[in-house]
Amino acid sequence: MAVIDARDTIEPRPVATQPLSVLGRVHPAAWLLAVFLLFLPAFASNFVLTQLFGWAMILGMVALSLMFLAGYGGMVSLVQLTVAACAGYMVAIFGTSAVDAISLKWAWWVAVPIAIVIAVIFGTISGALSVRTEGIYTIMITLAIASGFYYFTLQNYTIFNGFSGFNAVNAPVVFGVNWRDPIPFYYLCLFWAAASFLAVVYVSRSPFGLALQGTRDNARRMEALGFNVTAHRIAAYAFASLIAAIAGVLLVWQQIQISPGTAGVGPVVDILVIAVVGGIGRPIGPFIGAFIYVVLRTFAVDVLEGLGLDGKRFQLLIGLGFLVIVLFSPDGVLGLWSRFKDRVLNSNSLRPGGGSA
Amino acid sequence: MPTTVAERLSAAGTANALDLRGVTRMFGALAALVDITLSVRPGERRAVLGSNGAGKTTLFNCITGDFPPTSGIIRFFGEDVTSFPPHERIRRGLRRTYQISALFTGLAVIDNVYLACRGVSRGRFSLIRPRRDDGLMQSALDLVDAVHLTDVKDRLVSELSYGQQRQLEVALALAGAPRFILFDEPAAGLSPTERRELVEILTSLPKHIGYIIIEHDMDVALRVVESVTMMHNGRIFKEGRPEEIESDPEVQELYLGGAHGGGHG
Ligand SMILES: Nc1ncnc2c1ncn2[C@@H]1O[C@H](COP(=O)(O)OP(=O)(O)OP(=O)(O)O)[C@@H](O)[C@H]1O
Ligand SMILES: [Mg+2]
Repeated sequence: MAVIDARDTIEPRPVATQPLSVLGRVHPAAWLLAVFLLFLPAFASNFVLTQLFGWAMILGMVALSLMFLAGYGGMVSLVQLTVAACAGYMVAIFGTSAVDAISLKWAWWVAVPIAIVIAVIFGTISGALSVRTEGIYTIMITLAIASGFYYFTLQNYTIFNGFSGFNAVNAPVVFGVNWRDPIPFYYLCLFWAAASFLAVVYVSRSPFGLALQGTRDNARRMEALGFNVTAHRIAAYAFASLIAAIAGVLLVWQQIQISPGTAGVGPVVDILVIAVVGGIGRPIGPFIGAFIYVVLRTFAVDVLEGLGLDGKRFQLLIGLGFLVIVLFSPDGVLGLWSRFKDRVLNSNSLRPGGGSA
Repeated sequence: MPTTVAERLSAAGTANALDLRGVTRMFGALAALVDITLSVRPGERRAVLGSNGAGKTTLFNCITGDFPPTSGIIRFFGEDVTSFPPHERIRRGLRRTYQISALFTGLAVIDNVYLACRGVSRGRFSLIRPRRDDGLMQSALDLVDAVHLTDVKDRLVSELSYGQQRQLEVALALAGAPRFILFDEPAAGLSPTERRELVEILTSLPKHIGYIIIEHDMDVALRVVESVTMMHNGRIFKEGRPEEIESDPEVQELYLGGAHGGGHG
């Protein structure tokens, strides 16, 4: 073993092939970001904590589950927000809400695990229905499931309470802490967002994650190496659904309500936009995309109205941003950034003395 | 699956490595394979020769299950695998390479080989990263070394030269404990040095591992096999030992008469 260790220190491998590097080679910027996020409640307002960062981290988790499927598995699933909404609905149905006739008022530690299990089963079945298709057909099938769920919740009153859905879906009070209070809720979101992010990073280098990337690059060869490609893809949906389901529980607590519009076709497509704008190639991309999206949604209306324009045009702004990203950078904002960095480094190294960098 | 293991063991004692009975494969109206009947003993090494479009690659695709045959039966060490998906055949010890490299271009060389090793062992769904001293990682490193790619083991496959990709293609087929390997033109496009290395790899494979090699280059093909099957228009029209095939006037006319004719003697 000593021989191997010595060889590894002499020729360091790139991060992508490092067997164990969760904390080994973290970028300094990531440490800065971590410190910033940890201490944000010290100086940020309640609005910033829950409506900006909390929401962005939740949407980021949903988009992360899409990134896992699309970036590593080559499967563009539009059902991820629906899986989250399914978990949210189950929390409202099994737990507490203002709709006494439906909500079962079970304790959170019963309702939440049940909600997550049901959402994961729903997501896995959706995956099983779509994994034999490719490209545009995967998008169509998952979109069909998502809009099916939307119309079902809209028209079903006995379980999903139709158009009005559930309000007053409150987060529980545990250990004397109300988890919907801004600061606890912020840390709750931060914990699960970070956990999902690290889990995806870790799993991407596990046999399961590597094999998923193998099916993305060449499914036929994966079969010829002994892998059951269909089973692998379905398992990837199950893993992604778990992340989306946890995000769904946080989402219903953040919004304090859930209704069919939570996972209408518009928001479902927004998740795809978030993932693509942020960058679908790396797990951090969806969070960047979600933050941009939340900031635009929150402030673009005011800015546009301040300029004397119709506030509703913020959608146009998001759409334009999407168009620009897709046209100029297939790997999202992250791609723009790394290209910018390359250009700066290159021009530096052309200058005399710049090569030292 | 204890019963099938028992079945496999009892069958393996007597059976041929490969038994094809009346295998036919249609592409629409085109018959790419017509009523192929072929037996290969365990450990036997055979070349399949034939002009372009003769159906050689289609034969491999039927044996591995990439395309199922339209009709006919395929037995692998006595077991009827005709209706098995490819991964089930691979797990039973069958391996193949592709004429057009089929690699994971977004992954590093070592990860490609590691996947090949993982595919034929347990833990395909494992969420735990391999440790440094992981047994499979060791065999992957050994395989990378065997095809002379150690220097580039951490590069992405998309950055490799054509010859290196062909060598990696061979490495993927050697993972685990192969019992029978199908090589589809492994030497195509290799430099003379790389060809020599390939011949070395083939001749140094353990005796019990049989293979079929499709190869246009007679210098490579006839050096590494003990029997030859000639194909033409989806049919087998001659089988024999390399010397017999080389001197056969019909073969000379149909196949060796072309570009390969005079060179080898
Ligand atoms: N997927 C496919 N769809 C339709 N036709 C096919 C397909 N694969 C092969 N064919 C046809 O089947 C015939 C046999 O092809 P095959 O690839 O098996 O030939 P080959 O002997 O491997 O030739 P080469 O030496 O060029 O590799 C050809 O006429 C080919 O066009
Ligand atoms: Mg061929």
